[in-house]
Amino acid sequence: MELTREQQAILDGEQGEVMAKIMKTVVMYGDTFGATKLVPITSEYGHIVSSFGVSVITGVFDMMDELVEAGITSKQKFTADPRPVDPAVPANLIQKIVFKVMYGPQERYEKQLEAVGLRADSCNAAGTSTASVAPGAAGGASTYDDAFSCACYLGKDANVPKRGDILSWAESSAVSYANSVLGARCNRNSGIIEMFGSILGYVPYFGLLTDEGRKAKWVVEVKTSKLPEAQLLGSAIGMKVVEDVPYVKGLSGYFNGELSEEACTYLKDFGAAAASNGSVGLYHIDGLTPEAKDFGEDLVAPDAQVYVIDDAEIQRVKNGYPVIWKKPDAKPKLAFIGCPHMTLAQLQKWTLEVETALAANNLSKVKIPTIFTAPPAIIKEFGEENKAKLASMGIVLSYICPLMYMANPACADMPVITNSNKLRTYTSARYYTDAEILVQIAGGY
Amino acid sequence: MERIFQGHTVIPGTAQAPALVSHGGFNTLASMKNMKKGKNICADQNNPDLYKKSLVGVALCLPQTIGSTTGGMVLFNSAVNECQPACMLFANHIDSLAASGVILASVWTDNPIPTVDELGEEFLSYVKSGMTVEVREDGSVRVTD
Repeated sequence: MELTREQQAILDGEQGEVMAKIMKTVVMYGDTFGATKLVPITSEYGHIVSSFGVSVITGVFDMMDELVEAGITSKQKFTADPRPVDPAVPANLIQKIVFKVMYGPQERYEKQLEAVGLRADSCNAAGTSTASVAPGAAGGASTYDDAFSCACYLGKDANVPKRGDILSWAESSAVSYANSVLGARCNRNSGIIEMFGSILGYVPYFGLLTDEGRKAKWVVEVKTSKLPEAQLLGSAIGMKVVEDVPYVKGLSGYFNGELSEEACTYLKDFGAAAASNGSVGLYHIDGLTPEAKDFGEDLVAPDAQVYVIDDAEIQRVKNGYPVIWKKPDAKPKLAFIGCPHMTLAQLQKWTLEVETALAANNLSKVKIPTIFTAPPAIIKEFGEENKAKLASMGIVLSYICPLMYMANPACADMPVITNSNKLRTYTSARYYTDAEILVQIAGGY
Repeated sequence: MERIFQGHTVIPGTAQAPALVSHGGFNTLASMKNMKKGKNICADQNNPDLYKKSLVGVALCLPQTIGSTTGGMVLFNSAVNECQPACMLFANHIDSLAASGVILASVWTDNPIPTVDELGEEFLSYVKSGMTVEVREDGSVRVTD
């Protein structure tokens, strides 16, 4: 790889041994994929996937100590995936004890992230800037709450890259959204590597950063009788194309060819499923996503394969999900809705639908303890009154990552249901469509 | 009986170890989530080839890794916890998550994981768990019955 004089100087240790190791790591990473150069990151903020101080990654905390002791700070501030624990989310005594041990290093880790470059909240509740408030300063709540969401691009003061921006992110659902819906350019990086990119301000030029790497190797023809459930369509495509780029036809008509809020919400969930059920880092939606609108089928590689999806194919994919509950017919003990984190409109829609279903079935509370998850900024926007309404219906609104909840071995055996195909893929949670979940928790209407 | 396969060196080094073969993608987080110092039993119920088998000191033969983008840091942590595979041998081109993990292990720990990729489908068809595998600096891999 050809390095600039400045990059070579960092590699040679002019900015210290630790920076040299960071540069060496990123250069080796690029060399492995044939990168010819390092290019500047152009997004305002980074985003890191490793938000959780879980004891299984103790080596990361020691590495972070090394960075902090060397005075390393990131060239760009970054947001992070959700925090792992929320006391408001139901857990029994054993689960709480395991959470405490598992995520014991959380406080240490957050202090390390703050020292290296975690983005501070722009405003506190009074509207006063808190960006300069020192971590842990008097005043109670952390000044970094809003930094923690897998959907960092949602809500007030969100981390939203511009079209064409070069990013150093790793969270698979966020990478997919940024590449596909926002038209930014980011590889499907690993945790730590993405933070190193943000520290250096450079990433290796290969893969999804290049025009060639953004060409579609699959044409997907959606021929269903109605708009398929986003999480099922994404799952089907992810499993078929694995890590390739798909060019999807047959969807834009459902959104009148406009990348509206409704379309973006759909694609958020679609992309998360494609990224977790396969390894899709970029997709093009014919007539809808920015690059597909501009370049159309010129984005399709000459030897692209074709995958046709009809109602039967969607059903086949859904029927193929294994049920790994100990008792397949067990009564669900928990429902998670919001992986990836919900938009404000999704939160409002779910609230209204549950409220309507409960009324239609003469119920005052949901039949299964239910957790809605959303970014902290969206939760604030949703408001205390609405949050209280959810609580009165037996629903907890939380900022956590459901995956991190289910990673607790004492939670893993619980019969949990979800509308998230990502949560299904990585845990024992069982997938149901939105309509099926509504029936289970509130009886439907 | 022995066969030699030629691959491409990702992390240089030598190793001799018993093979442990995953014919499906290796989900790093799901597999290594219960690792402890010196102990690393595969916890991925969806991987019948490896489930409940020790990943410590084996020649891990696989097509590529899959799953969460935390995979690289988890693999790196196996080296920190001295419970890493002796080497990793990929039939395909190494994926970005595994590459990150073995590079982090190489640069940031004293326990590098010699890694060879692009060994081809035939390698994965031939090698069986328990066979002896020897990795050389030049990316050649000798498999002995």
